[in-house]
Amino acid sequence: MIRLQKLYKAFGDQPVLRGLDLDVATAEIMVIIGRSGGGKSVLLKHLIGLLRPDSGGILVDGTDITKLRGAALDEIRRRYGVVFQGGALFDSMSVADNVAFPLREKTRLSASEIKSRVEEKLEQVGLTGMGDKNPAEISGGMRKRVAIARALVTEPEVVFFDEPTTGLDPILVNTIHHLILELHQKFRFTAVVVSHEIPEIFGIADRVAMLHEGLIVESGPADAIQSSANPIVRQFIHGDIEPVGRAASVSAGGANVKQSVRGRA
Amino acid sequence: MTEAVSPVLRPFEAIGRRTIEIVESLGRFGTFLGVAVALLFTPPFKLRAFLGRIHYVGFNSLLIILLTGTFTGMVLGLQIYFTLSRFGSEAYLGPAVALSIIRELGPVLSALMVTGRAGSALTAEIGIMRITEQIDALTVMALNPMRYLVVPSLLAGLVTFPMMTALFDVVGIFGGYLVSVKLLGLSQGTYFGEMQTFVDLSDIMVGFWKALAFGILVPWVCTYKGFHCGHGASGVARATTEAVVLSSVLILVCDYVLGSLLP
Repeated sequence: MIRLQKLYKAFGDQPVLRGLDLDVATAEIMVIIGRSGGGKSVLLKHLIGLLRPDSGGILVDGTDITKLRGAALDEIRRRYGVVFQGGALFDSMSVADNVAFPLREKTRLSASEIKSRVEEKLEQVGLTGMGDKNPAEISGGMRKRVAIARALVTEPEVVFFDEPTTGLDPILVNTIHHLILELHQKFRFTAVVVSHEIPEIFGIADRVAMLHEGLIVESGPADAIQSSANPIVRQFIHGDIEPVGRAASVSAGGANVKQSVRGRA
Repeated sequence: MTEAVSPVLRPFEAIGRRTIEIVESLGRFGTFLGVAVALLFTPPFKLRAFLGRIHYVGFNSLLIILLTGTFTGMVLGLQIYFTLSRFGSEAYLGPAVALSIIRELGPVLSALMVTGRAGSALTAEIGIMRITEQIDALTVMALNPMRYLVVPSLLAGLVTFPMMTALFDVVGIFGGYLVSVKLLGLSQGTYFGEMQTFVDLSDIMVGFWKALAFGILVPWVCTYKGFHCGHGASGVARATTEAVVLSSVLILVCDYVLGSLLP
């Protein structure tokens, strides 16, 4: 269970998070949506301990990680897996070595055990036989899948996904989303997904939280968010550039965009 | 909340802010080395990363050291010969070349060469790892990135810089020999004999201590700049330039300080 309490962060005079509250339940997929540059990645960096808030707390099973440093913080991080936006694969290593790296460095498993676990993970993300490739030799979608395999290889309790489908075509977006869902059903980790992939992301979310101007303006089950009456949420979901309230009515992405554009014509 | 500052005081405020920034960045720079040195003595030790850095910093710089060392010795032989011949003191060419190289030019030029070749690459590599979140990835894996990227480089600097300086000294003296003995006709016995008389262990130790100091300085500056580079490709480019310029300036400053302190 992760609880964010009154999280505040400013860079210089610019507040990015302004007293944000959010709860993430164990084993759920929590999706955080919001506009680009709205502080989603900053929020995620707080969750994984790369940034410290100016005030407020982040409770992980009751422990405030904002007060932890060094080995104590690393103890919490050992329970984490993180899929970075660009994959953050080590380009000096092969795909297999990337996936094996956390096991080699953090466990005492034998070389043969590590090899079999790496092969198993690569198979789960659909990359069987790609272990010898260099990250530079594979496509963007494959890199994302390697990053997912690396994040999951230590069987973490919580996995953070920072915009896991950015820059991918619609088919790959769905492929990655299905992969996350499939792996979640299999391993039952808690997932925090930062995304602006609307409406596809609703297909995998247990709950969705909308981040707007440094605050969570609404959170709840995916269905409830999709049919939300909150004008900010509606405007974001429907991609409407008109004043709030004039967008064409609900349900799904592309059609709504068309409807909204036609409505203005 | 920042209070409104009177226009008269604004220049002082700007000077104060800049001073605080400089002091803070010096503090970060010092702390960076302190943390790296502390990690140097605490397990786990990353032997493979260390050997990789030895290869990267040392072995890959061999050719450039051989070339610069030989030509520096040749130029010294030529220039000092013409100077000494005016006073009829050509016999002292050997010790003059050897002392110049062993005490000053060996450690300084080899450090400058390694900075240009390996130091800049070190900054660029770590900088790219920073902007592509590879360093963040290490951190969230609960692995200390300094242990993987900085400590092996520092250790490799400590080991390779004295060795490369020694190599530079040998080929430099050989370069001086080629010009003075083979080209200008000085006797081989005079060249090496006088060298044996005038060069002693304390001279060699001066060069060794300097090389050791530069072996810490260059990896320290270059890894620090990579670790704290700005955003994007321009951030990495700026960090690389700063690393080379700062390392080079500090090498020369440190050379003077050590030159005046050591016997």
